[in-house]
Amino acid sequence: MIKNFDFDVITGSIPFLWKGLQVSFYLTFLALVGGIVFGTLLALMRISNIKFLKYFSMTYVNFLRSMPLILVIFWFFFLIPVIIGRPIGGFYSAVIAFTMFEAAYYSEIIRAGLLSVSSNQISAARATGLSYSQSMIYVILPQAFRNMVPILLTQAVVLFQDTSLVYVVSLRDFMTASSIVAQSQSRLVEMYLFAALVYFSICFAFSFMIKRIQNRKVTT
Amino acid sequence: MIELKNVSKWYDDFQVLNDCNVQIQKKDVMVICGPSGSGKSTLIKCINGLEKIEKGDIFVDNIHVNDPKTNLNELRAKIGMVFQNFELYPHMTVLQNISLSQIKVLKRTADEANEKSISLLERVGLKDQASKYPANLSGGQQQRVAIARALAMDPIAMLFDEPTSALDPEMINEVLDVMIELAQDGMTMAVVTHEMGFAKKVADKILFMDEGRIEEMASKETFFENPKSDRTKLFLSKILSH
Repeated sequence: MIKNFDFDVITGSIPFLWKGLQVSFYLTFLALVGGIVFGTLLALMRISNIKFLKYFSMTYVNFLRSMPLILVIFWFFFLIPVIIGRPIGGFYSAVIAFTMFEAAYYSEIIRAGLLSVSSNQISAARATGLSYSQSMIYVILPQAFRNMVPILLTQAVVLFQDTSLVYVVSLRDFMTASSIVAQSQSRLVEMYLFAALVYFSICFAFSFMIKRIQNRKVTT
Repeated sequence: MIELKNVSKWYDDFQVLNDCNVQIQKKDVMVICGPSGSGKSTLIKCINGLEKIEKGDIFVDNIHVNDPKTNLNELRAKIGMVFQNFELYPHMTVLQNISLSQIKVLKRTADEANEKSISLLERVGLKDQASKYPANLSGGQQQRVAIARALAMDPIAMLFDEPTSALDPEMINEVLDVMIELAQDGMTMAVVTHEMGFAKKVADKILFMDEGRIEEMASKETFFENPKSDRTKLFLSKILSH
């Protein structure tokens, strides 16, 4: 059976696929950074004493976590042009959608990280005259992030896989590019096998790296 | 210099401080002792506003601590505090621990701050540990760094919350020695401790607390030789029996 396979289709379309992979990487990176920044703000709001911020964060996180990602991607694709009056294209609407969606998940991870730092640390920081926000920035957040690095990176692997959902707004990420090649050349089996191999290699390598980081944390 | 007037504090229905009146004069060392849960730590945390009070007034250097308009950050920068579990920042080196608030609060330059930090490390006998992380120091060394961190802010008073309770016995003295030197240099200090040897050596006054009340406040001579309250006598008989 393997004799019927034509793997030349892959080598011939490598530049096209590489472009798609770059879109996937770029989207993952931007959504990761945006999600962590916005997620940190949500987590800080959640643990704050100001009721409005606390409930805003709780509502936001619970709402977003009850939505399928694919719906959120659609939403922003159609919603943003309505709000700002002009289309911003699939890529940027996807970046915003992923950032907003991932922030809800990251905020819960970051909140747990913040709570893992002893409250005496904040007393000690404030006793020297640092303000609440200075204590957070210089003392609490760096410790929280150190505790969270493995979980955040694991979530990044999931995010990378989830970026394949952008086919719904016709964005040419790696998955969509593979699909286009597969269907135009009628080589579905070869292409989807290859796509699986690429996703597996990248995610496996990344997970392996995370394990290394975790082990290093244990030994220090 | 430090004055607490009719201070009361509740955690929900539970009253932790009950009408406490305390005065600490400039350059005095006040030792605060009492059974666990008697409110000693809470009392000194009220002095720099780390704990809020529901009733009464607290003044430090004529600053009204529990006035909502008081800038607590400014006040805290002037009062050093040392904690039971050291509370050094684990992600920073010893030097960074001591320099952080000098730079961020007192707006010293990094060079000025580091210079000050090094001289304080020298004072507590840890100059060669400046680039280490807290996890690589012994408990006694960590607590001495914590004292240096508090002194770096040039405080007008120092608060100690059971500074030796978390230490192995052989490390207690190295910390007490630093504190004794500080007392002899004329630092105003409030020290929650069970180290009666320390109290006998440097305390000007001793305060005994029980169930949120101040049972006795007396000079160390009166306190040890002629305590008025029965509760104090019982406490002393237990901790001085051997």
